[in-house]
Amino acid sequence: MATAALGTAMLALPPGRALAQPAPLARAIPSSGERMPAIGLGSWITFNVGNDAALQAECTAVMAAFFAGGGRMIDSSPMYGSSQAVIGRGLATLGHPDALFAAEKVWTSSGTNGPAQIDETRRLWGVERFDLLQVHNLLGWEAHLDTLQAMKAAGRLRYVGITTSEGRRHDLVEQIMARQPLDFVQLSYNPVDREAEQRLLPLAAERGIAVIVNRPFQQGALTRRLDRAPLPDWAAEIGATSWAQLILKFILAEPAVTVAIPATTRVDHVRENLAAAGGALPDRELRGRIAAHIGAL
Amino acid sequence: MSEWWTYRLDDFLLFSPRVYWRLFEAHNAALWPLHLATMLAGLSLVVLILRRPGRAMLWTGLLLAPLWAFVAWTFLLQRYSGINWAASYAAPAFLVQAVLLLAAALMPGGPAMGRLDAIGKTGLGLVLAGLLLYPALALASGRPLAGAEVFGIAPDPTVLVTVGLLLTARGRWLAFLLPIPLLWCLFSGLTLLAMGEAQAWLLLAGTVLVALLGTLRLVRRGSRAVRE
Ligand SMILES: NC(=O)c1ccc[n+]([C@@H]2O[C@H](COP(=O)([O-])OP(=O)(O)OC[C@H]3O[C@@H](n4cnc5c(N)ncnc54)[C@H](OP(=O)(O)O)[C@@H]3O)[C@@H](O)[C@H]2O)c1
Repeated sequence: MATAALGTAMLALPPGRALAQPAPLARAIPSSGERMPAIGLGSWITFNVGNDAALQAECTAVMAAFFAGGGRMIDSSPMYGSSQAVIGRGLATLGHPDALFAAEKVWTSSGTNGPAQIDETRRLWGVERFDLLQVHNLLGWEAHLDTLQAMKAAGRLRYVGITTSEGRRHDLVEQIMARQPLDFVQLSYNPVDREAEQRLLPLAAERGIAVIVNRPFQQGALTRRLDRAPLPDWAAEIGATSWAQLILKFILAEPAVTVAIPATTRVDHVRENLAAAGGALPDRELRGRIAAHIGAL
Repeated sequence: MSEWWTYRLDDFLLFSPRVYWRLFEAHNAALWPLHLATMLAGLSLVVLILRRPGRAMLWTGLLLAPLWAFVAWTFLLQRYSGINWAASYAAPAFLVQAVLLLAAALMPGGPAMGRLDAIGKTGLGLVLAGLLLYPALALASGRPLAGAEVFGIAPDPTVLVTVGLLLTARGRWLAFLLPIPLLWCLFSGLTLLAMGEAQAWLLLAGTVLVALLGTLRLVRRGSRAVRE
């Protein structure tokens, strides 16, 4: 009913406006029902700019455009050099937007060092608590999950998760997903890296675990490769105007996916990525065509 | 690290080439015109080795030691470690190298320099490459000259000039003086390789060449000592 009313209101708008402001897709986090805009923002490499003031300002501009476009989740890790400090600086400059969903990681093999690392990370971001903390690449996962669950129980953390990438250690990820009370799992998924479809995505759906998709563009290698070829005409059927949007729409059309977190240094790219979560998503047949076409290029 | 074989070299690269090269632009802008003095110092050492080899080790140590410490502090710690935590581990190693260079220069029985056999001449070739070729690599790679890597200011040319100079030295000191520079060349060469920069090969080839020639120097010295 509400959707129908919204649809009528959208139809009443001049077409240009309706296109410029598509309602960004939001997905529910299964463990809480909280709705999350389906495009987040990664920070590996792109935000590791050290003390370079001009590049720090670029990162802040990307964050500003991200929040202005309805984005919420920013993901980082102690592994990412100066990225955490750069995010902290950006958030301070932007007046700590309320919309922020702060997703961080703990990345140390020592369970005892986890809490101190998390504290330092919090200091760098300048936030009181994180929304989500994930065990990065399962490093020291048993001890860290205990810490994170205890933090969650004490109200010092909202969600707990684990991460992997590039198809690594899916067996262990599967075991942990099956046995531990996780809110989130983060993994790599895109039209050419589809291993997660075998077991992890169905298991996430079954167990009610939210899925964060990292490396949607294979760290830019995929988009760079595709840029040499023309975008097929049928991309327009779902309103994709670039390869990046076609990839993101492919990812988001998978129902088990909650949010994809492309990283970028560019304001135009962050807008383009957010826009991919507006408008139509490919159906099963079109997803197959996207994967086959991209795989063949 | 589990499943280490699934990692590629570029999985370990934490920053983009753009950010890396901008470090040198900022560093040069902050230190100019100190570059003129460090280049002059480097060239003077070459002249000294050719003309007054007897005094060369003293001056090489006295000039290189502070430059290694300076690069460690101003570049590795104050700039590079911001984007690459490994640089903060390299900085103390640079300080150790500075101490070793100073010790080699001042302690009795330190190495004699100026040996211009084939190994020594190759060493001088590396010195000239570090002093004159290295800064030009920025232009050759389409980067601005403002980001040039200069001896005594940036680590790679400083290390290259150092190993080149040391190849003109004789004596067991080489066994102490070469490892840290060679490890740096390897580390920096692999970093540049992960960044897809062709100049990586210069450093990696330099590492292999200097390791071979340095070993040859030590072995020959050893066999001579046995004969004597
Ligand atoms: N194990 C883990 O926990 C793990 C592993 C990997 C990644 N992650 C997380 O996932 C995030 C995303 O992965 P990633 O950064 O490795 O790779 P990615 O998001 O697949 O790719 C980032 C690259 O894509 C380019 N890009 C972004 N938007 C674009 C657009 N619209 N058109 C063309 N190119 C575009 C960016 O270049 P421009 O700057 O030019 O836009 C950037 O170089 C990371 O930042 C990190 O937060 C976590």
